[in-house]
Amino acid sequence: MHPTFASIQIAAPELVLTIGSLLTLMLGVFRGDRSLVPLTWVCVLIFGIAGVAAATGDQAAAFGGLYVADGFSAYLKVMILAAAAVSAVLALPYLQHAATGRFEYPVLLMLATLGMCMMVSANDMLTLYIGLELLSLASYTLAAFHRNEARSSEAGLKYFILGALASGILLYGISLVYGFGGSTNFETLSATLRGPAGQSTGVVFGLVFILAGLMFKISAVPFHMWTPDVYEGAPTPVAAFFSAAPKAAAMGLLVRVCVEAFGGMTFDWRQIVSVVAIASMLLGAVGAIGQTNIKRLLAYSSIANVGFALIGLAAGTVEGISGVLFYMAVYLVMTLGAFVCVLQMRDADGKPVETLSSLNGLSRSRKGLAAALAVLMFSLAGIPPLLGFWPKFAVFTAAIDTQLYLLAVIGVVASVIGAYYYLRVVKAMYFDEPAPAFAASDSRVNAGLIGIAALFCSPLGMLAITPLVGAARVAARALF
Amino acid sequence: MIQLLVFLPLAAALIAGLGNRLIGNLPAKLVTTAALFVSAALSWTIFLDIGLAHGAGYSVRVLEWIVSGDMRVDWAFRVDTLTAVMLVVITSVSALVHLYSWGYMDEDPDQPRFFAYLSLFTFAMLMLVTADNLVQMFFGWEGVGLASYLLIGFWYKKPSANAAAIKAFVVNRVGDFGFSLGIFATFVVFGTVQLTPILAGSAAMAGATFNFLGAQFDVMTTLCLLLFVGAMGKSAQLGLHTWLPDAMEGPTPVSALIHAATMVTAGVFMVVRLSPMFEAAPDALTVVTYVGAATALFAATVACVQTDIKRVIAYSTCSQLGYMFFAAGSGAFGAAMFHLFTHAFFKALLFLGAGAVIHSMHHEQDMRFYGGLRKSIPITFAAMTIGTLSLTGFFFTSGYYSKDGILEAAFANGSEASMVAFFVGALVALLTSFYSWRLVFLTFFGEARWGASEHVQHALHHDHGHDTEDTTDSDHAHHASAPAGTGGYHPHESPWTMLAPLVVLSIGALAAGFVFHEAFIGAEGGTVFWNGSAVFREPLAEAMHHVPAWVVWTPGAVMLIGFAIAYWAYMASPTLPARFVAGNRGLYAFLTHKWFFDELYNAIFVKPAFAFGRLFWRGDGRVIDRFGADGAAALVSASSGAAKRFQSGAVYAYALVMLIGLAAAATWVLRPALLG
Repeated sequence: MHPTFASIQIAAPELVLTIGSLLTLMLGVFRGDRSLVPLTWVCVLIFGIAGVAAATGDQAAAFGGLYVADGFSAYLKVMILAAAAVSAVLALPYLQHAATGRFEYPVLLMLATLGMCMMVSANDMLTLYIGLELLSLASYTLAAFHRNEARSSEAGLKYFILGALASGILLYGISLVYGFGGSTNFETLSATLRGPAGQSTGVVFGLVFILAGLMFKISAVPFHMWTPDVYEGAPTPVAAFFSAAPKAAAMGLLVRVCVEAFGGMTFDWRQIVSVVAIASMLLGAVGAIGQTNIKRLLAYSSIANVGFALIGLAAGTVEGISGVLFYMAVYLVMTLGAFVCVLQMRDADGKPVETLSSLNGLSRSRKGLAAALAVLMFSLAGIPPLLGFWPKFAVFTAAIDTQLYLLAVIGVVASVIGAYYYLRVVKAMYFDEPAPAFAASDSRVNAGLIGIAALFCSPLGMLAITPLVGAARVAARALF
Repeated sequence: MIQLLVFLPLAAALIAGLGNRLIGNLPAKLVTTAALFVSAALSWTIFLDIGLAHGAGYSVRVLEWIVSGDMRVDWAFRVDTLTAVMLVVITSVSALVHLYSWGYMDEDPDQPRFFAYLSLFTFAMLMLVTADNLVQMFFGWEGVGLASYLLIGFWYKKPSANAAAIKAFVVNRVGDFGFSLGIFATFVVFGTVQLTPILAGSAAMAGATFNFLGAQFDVMTTLCLLLFVGAMGKSAQLGLHTWLPDAMEGPTPVSALIHAATMVTAGVFMVVRLSPMFEAAPDALTVVTYVGAATALFAATVACVQTDIKRVIAYSTCSQLGYMFFAAGSGAFGAAMFHLFTHAFFKALLFLGAGAVIHSMHHEQDMRFYGGLRKSIPITFAAMTIGTLSLTGFFFTSGYYSKDGILEAAFANGSEASMVAFFVGALVALLTSFYSWRLVFLTFFGEARWGASEHVQHALHHDHGHDTEDTTDSDHAHHASAPAGTGGYHPHESPWTMLAPLVVLSIGALAAGFVFHEAFIGAEGGTVFWNGSAVFREPLAEAMHHVPAWVVWTPGAVMLIGFAIAYWAYMASPTLPARFVAGNRGLYAFLTHKWFFDELYNAIFVKPAFAFGRLFWRGDGRVIDRFGADGAAALVSASSGAAKRFQSGAVYAYALVMLIGLAAAATWVLRPALLG
């Protein structure tokens, strides 16, 4: 078989996504905005096909080592595609209400997903960059999706400027590593950097820059500043999307770069990752306390969660990496569930409300919604036996096994502080005087999504731990 | 049989307590009362079998409880004569009190709770007396303390009842602390908490000493004194007695059961149960004698000036417990138990009688508002008179046999402490006679004085206020036609549920002494009766029969003198008490303030404890909270504010933060290169 043909076969998920996005774009252009709903479901179908392809396809390097399909990428791709599909579906009622029911949404989502799949399969700095840029460009557009609304435009512009800066930093880092390490290929770099080249100032400098560029995407402190503003300004479904799939993709990319390309420089990046993890956990926990907007609150929550996940990376062992993967899977469900709940927050006229105080006394008007959100909040706070506790436990255990006691201790402290604002939401819903009631639910699908997320996070979700951890372990082993 | 006897009250308590409103008043009352009567019947068969038919004692192991190293504690019942006596007292009085409470608590909204507590108490008390090891005894000891707390505070809406309940609990803690130290020390010395080996090994330990801070102490004396502190708390001996009078805030049946007949005698029981230990510690016995005598005197003097009918009886109880202790201290453990036994009957009778008086007077307890009640409530009057005769030791009543026995034993013992106790005991017998007859005369004789009572007034207006439209007129009519001082109120005799227990107890108060005195304290009968379950000094019992004639006649004589004084002061010349008080202001104040014990404790313990608490409270707030919990919270909210300020919304600021972070990270990792 011709090598190119074999490579294309290995990259089947990306191929499906590419053709799918072009196809839907054509359909949309000809059929107009009316086609939003069918296009969305087509998009979900394509995600499903790509997911099956990713899960069952051959696992090998392709395109002369630029691209790799392995257990790690398969795990992340399935996760990313599922999250993206949910992000597409949950947006439907919102887009129809907001009269911006433009067909570009699922198309952009698909392009971003394509970028993410490239990212997690990147085996070369250049593939990495292309994937990241594809994701970023689609994201900037999505953030500014309500282009007539100042907040949305502002969010898009901010994201773009800071993203461009991060991109520049990343590229600069890549060029430094290439200059001093002699390659952009991960496997080559891995071998080279275990030698004397790994000690060179240029490579260390390049490593720092690459890490900074990637940490911007996972919104780790101090590269997180865009997150609250963009989450608040962007349309809620877009914020939901940002908080989920791209985080998993960028985290996967970061893990692969650290463990594979810079495997010989673990000592160097472990310090940076540890400090960033600590800063993210603490700032995420502390920053959320003063917030009155639920989307900003969830933005800080995502910052804190990324910090917790980074603990697993800092450990750098199979247990640590599988902890990260397990963490991201559970986090995805919790954050998407929380955002679908936020989408339910509409006043009597159907206009979205985002203040925390509007949740007051929700338990009296919308019992089911309040209960589901309470479960999600308890789970985010990491209270056993809800599912959110177990991945935290996994990464803390990994940190302790590698003698990173400080990280684990600070992680526990940050969890305690974080519990405060999660529980405050529960308190508002159950104990405060009722605020004006929300409009009735407008989508059975979204109600179902909330139910599934809450059920998954409830103690019942413990049934999912064994398969999830097993899969995460298989995925993590692919890197070592 | 013994298991059934002990656990029936627990089962009944659980049914009534957990069922509560669900099952309603009548089933709760039926279950608990029936259970207690069954237990009482079983107790009497055990008593006849083991005590009177001289059957062998036995021990029944129920469950393993604690096994830890050398420590082995089982749930086990030890049944011997001493236990049998206590079983009879506890279950009989408890059953009668249950029945009595049908009438007394008839209007209370919380009856199932009350009966559940009563049964729970009975269970705990039975655990205490059947214990075959010190730990199980402590379990029962704490259990009765808990039940006592719950029952004193039964009317929890009354602040005074709550305060009394807490006071009882706290004061008992002091005693229990001593008791637990005693148990620990006993375990250290004997290596076991089982009673049988401890009691068997006590004699061998006599005279042994241990070194503490350079001084030598007698082992057995130390152990016994620690244990005795526990007994003092539970039995309200001088120093730890302050809770008992206040405990009268509880419903009267509770006072009769717990604070007269059973729980307060647990201390006496414990000393007798552990009598072989005390026998090995003569110094401890001396202390017991002096404490008992002092308590008897103190409480009797205070009882003379009380005006609350229940408090008079409460102090009387305290005083009689003193008798029991100095009997035990004089080595007459049988006499102590005998007085415990007879006292349970006549004191429960007096309390229940007082309850009947209170019941018919609409909860008026002040004797100054009684008077002339003998015609309105003749059965109660008769019962109270029998109780008083027995308490004062009138010839051939129960109290006569037991009290004379104690005084003769104290004299026959001949030690200095016992001689002091004998004379104090004789004086107390005079005072007892005086205050008891004072109670009877104030309550049942003279003119009716209840017209001025608020309780009675309240009852009157409540009863008649809505009968007629013109209330004022009808009241005037009443006042005009009613005898002076009654305010138009006519006391009624109590229902049969209350009177029946009075009759039964009256029989006990009259006959128990005559029937059982040979067995309990007789020189020949005692040895076979006690059958080794408690120390019985046969020579002492023999010596009691050979005391001089004046010793034998002293109790009877002082009893008559006390009666004469009471008659003179409250019947013949009713102005005498007022004149006496006017002439002896200081003495009167000393007595009405109960020898200033409460004031003293307030100044020595309560206020410093409060000050101490405040110190820690404030200190906690200023140091631990400020730098601990509050400090951490303030830090978090301050950082939250700082984080918010950084989040300005300006893109250049965000970019700056990113670049600073980048520069910091780069500097950090390059530090080896930069520093060489």
